[in-house]
Amino acid sequence: MMKRDEMLKAFARQRKDEIVVAVYMAAQEITHIAPNDLNYTFTGAMGQGSSHALGLALGRPDRRVIVFDGDGSLLMNLGSLVTIANQAPKNLVHCLCENGTYETNGAVPIPRAGQIRFTDLAKTAGYRNTYELADIAEWERELPRILKEDGPIFVDLKVEPGEAYPENFPRLYSHEHREKFRRALAAS
Amino acid sequence: MADYPLTAAAISSEIKRAGIHFVVALPDRVTSQHLLKGMLSDSDFHVVQVCKEDEGVSVCSGLYAAGKRSVLMMQYTGLLDSINSIRGIGVEGRFPVCMVVGLLGKEPDVAPTKSKKYGVKIIEPILDVMGIEHHLVERDADAKKIGPAIDKAFAESFPVAVLIGREPR
Repeated sequence: MMKRDEMLKAFARQRKDEIVVAVYMAAQEITHIAPNDLNYTFTGAMGQGSSHALGLALGRPDRRVIVFDGDGSLLMNLGSLVTIANQAPKNLVHCLCENGTYETNGAVPIPRAGQIRFTDLAKTAGYRNTYELADIAEWERELPRILKEDGPIFVDLKVEPGEAYPENFPRLYSHEHREKFRRALAAS
Repeated sequence: MADYPLTAAAISSEIKRAGIHFVVALPDRVTSQHLLKGMLSDSDFHVVQVCKEDEGVSVCSGLYAAGKRSVLMMQYTGLLDSINSIRGIGVEGRFPVCMVVGLLGKEPDVAPTKSKKYGVKIIEPILDVMGIEHHLVERDADAKKIGPAIDKAFAESFPVAVLIGREPR
């Protein structure tokens, strides 16, 4: 099991110019751990991160898009696995922060917590490759390959809460930051 | 056919004129046969088939953030099913989600609010409460509203709904 903030810090050390879509806890944390105009946290409704990421990946096929989804979130939008696989964007990496709970909403367990093989769902849907990683050293070792290989790729990251970071929901959905994102992406 | 009031070609060409390449869609009985199937075989369009309409709200939003225009085609039932995404992403998030919505079961030339079909009757009032402009398209002449409605949505960064009141052929 990885601490989620340590997992994000390891990613930040290897990040180049990738667009990062993040939801809920990962979104709160990435704004502190890896502030960047290409962080996209404007997903607006639960479960929608992977679908925003697909739009970004289709709109900018020249850029790598990494989404840090949640397991509760993905369960709310499982069809997006099929939609993404059907479009088959080579530039999309779908990372799942699997913590087994609705952490933002009181840490109630998700249905069948710990018993769902999310990589099997992604494989069956038609993702090109999948990974299941529970160890930070393994994540750091696999990242260069994950950030290069043709997608769509699904990465199930077994995580637990790490250090606590201040929550700021208005920042996540801010129009000002959304426009900053658009300008930064258009200029790059 | 010459006398039929609404053609898929009129809608399709207005959508193209509005600079739309990406069509995000879930089949809708009103528009599937002549409009969506035509788009699927038209290389001017990239159709993204979604499994549920709220996904489509988000795909359109991601495309917008990437600098691309799109429309979301769905049946009114899909709009009803996607209210929270339209609220959170479109309205509060101010993403210009342009919805083309088939009003399945609406009687020809009857205002949607006067329809006997309950689901159809409540669509415009719901959009009004959400502050979302809507335009009814029942004849080819109405299709001319589509381009300006889409332009306005992008200019103001806010959703809009084009309601298709009868099957286009």
